[in-house]
Amino acid sequence: MNPAGFSEQGRRAWAIAKKDIRIYYFKGPVLIFGVFMPVFLFLAFFMGSRQLPLSFLISGLVGMTLFFTATAVSPAIFPWEGQAKTLERLASCPITIEAIVFGDMIASLLFGIGITFVTVIIGLALGLSLLHGIILLAAIFLAACCFSAIGMLLAVPPTNVPSNIMMLSSLIKFPLVFISGIFIPLEQMPPWGLALAVCSPLTYFTDIVRYSFTNTHYFPVEIDIAALAVFTVAFTVVTMFLHKRTMPRRM
Amino acid sequence: MTAVIHASDLTKVFGKSTAVDHISFDVRQGEIFGFLGPNGAGKTTTTRMLTGVIPPDAGTATILGHNIRSEPVLAKQGFGVVPETSNAYTDLTSWQNLMLMGELYGLERVRAEQRSSDLLTMVGLLERKDQKVQAYSKGMKQRLILAMALIHEPELLFLDEPTSGLDVQSTQMILTLLRDLNNQGTTIFLTTHNMEEANRLCHRVGIIRAGKIVAIDAPEKLKTAIDRVHKIEVSFDHEISGDALTGLSGVTGATRTGDKWQITTDNRDTTIRSLVTFGQQNNATIVTLNTLAPSLDDAFLRLTQEDKP
Repeated sequence: MNPAGFSEQGRRAWAIAKKDIRIYYFKGPVLIFGVFMPVFLFLAFFMGSRQLPLSFLISGLVGMTLFFTATAVSPAIFPWEGQAKTLERLASCPITIEAIVFGDMIASLLFGIGITFVTVIIGLALGLSLLHGIILLAAIFLAACCFSAIGMLLAVPPTNVPSNIMMLSSLIKFPLVFISGIFIPLEQMPPWGLALAVCSPLTYFTDIVRYSFTNTHYFPVEIDIAALAVFTVAFTVVTMFLHKRTMPRRM
Repeated sequence: MTAVIHASDLTKVFGKSTAVDHISFDVRQGEIFGFLGPNGAGKTTTTRMLTGVIPPDAGTATILGHNIRSEPVLAKQGFGVVPETSNAYTDLTSWQNLMLMGELYGLERVRAEQRSSDLLTMVGLLERKDQKVQAYSKGMKQRLILAMALIHEPELLFLDEPTSGLDVQSTQMILTLLRDLNNQGTTIFLTTHNMEEANRLCHRVGIIRAGKIVAIDAPEKLKTAIDRVHKIEVSFDHEISGDALTGLSGVTGATRTGDKWQITTDNRDTTIRSLVTFGQQNNATIVTLNTLAPSLDDAFLRLTQEDKP
């Protein structure tokens, strides 16, 4: 066994993910938030806004559900663990910072995927038909990876006060939702709005979801997938690089 | 003897303050090395650099033959760490904490389960293995983190104030475990404030003051090194004159204290031999003979207060 080898570090990252799921995600309030959030999003948009058809709403709802759930807990894990000194234990264990970050990302993406399926099932139960199931599955997986990397990126500032991170997280997450073609279709956006929208990975995910349910889309599906993949790799690399630099300052 | 810890010019600066200032030392295989110093002297910072928790600003540390900066995973694989404050996951049970450690150290599941069971039995927590750690007392938490540090049978164990604030039962249990581990070959790096603990447990101690190492030696040598003039207390079964004692080889002075004589000397060995010979020649039986060496507390205070403004 080479403890520093890729497969061994992967195993240890999975141990981190299991620990996160057990401690942070399998908690009543988190699970309730995860189930109620898509339900209330449906109620708010479907019943509150009678002009918008469900076939249009579904893309934004699935997008928001995945985005908010995959980035809900992960930004606060490092501050919590820094406060409880458990991060110091992890830092003295034979696991790289990259593997710790990767483990946190796995937990976050599994939680995001699980809750997003609830939204998809609600949509199907309300009569929507899924036209491109495999593409939707691939997009959910890819976007979950991307959004969990964003969640970990939000945790980079080396503070051990979770509320600071949650505030920063909200400041970044909500504007991102407004520029991603969820409330205003991309076709109706002004050029400057479109220029902002192409910078958000959520734009490409909602575009794929719309394609999966309605067969309509703004960007070609290949572009959507490629953009999500590029964002995922970029955010993951930057997250790991920055955490490696800031980790000692948390101790 | 092989050095399992080799620190060379280790330095850590926080802002304008130099917490650890170019310290160098070795810890030999199989020894219990005590790392002593007053609050803020740099003990914990040094331990954190040695365990790879924070990087040094200068210098290197080699742990079990691996540079802690360039080969951190390989170095960490060989040691366990018991920090001062318990850092087990309080939302997990002790069993889950141990299994997590087993996975982080790359143990196979069967072995991790066997080790967890053995260690929980050893620290007296097996019956409470399924209880969340948040319900544990401080002593129980400390015993658990010792077990967590031992899950992979490390060659080297770092302990930072392991008995601080613990009850007598937990303290004794931990100290006994440390002795047993050391007897089985585990090298121990022990940071402590407790001089008695260091005196009884450590083969060598290093004393750090204001970020610099001021002394490294065996506790007994350290105690004697701080005072060049030693005191010996002796009593005989009948009256002996002070003049007779001051004339003996090695004796620099003799003062009567009750029924005993307090002898000052700069060479204890010569003086004790002279006293024994004197007793034999004068038909005087030695009733008591005590060497009054300074305690490790005295050595510590002397070494950590020198040049203090």
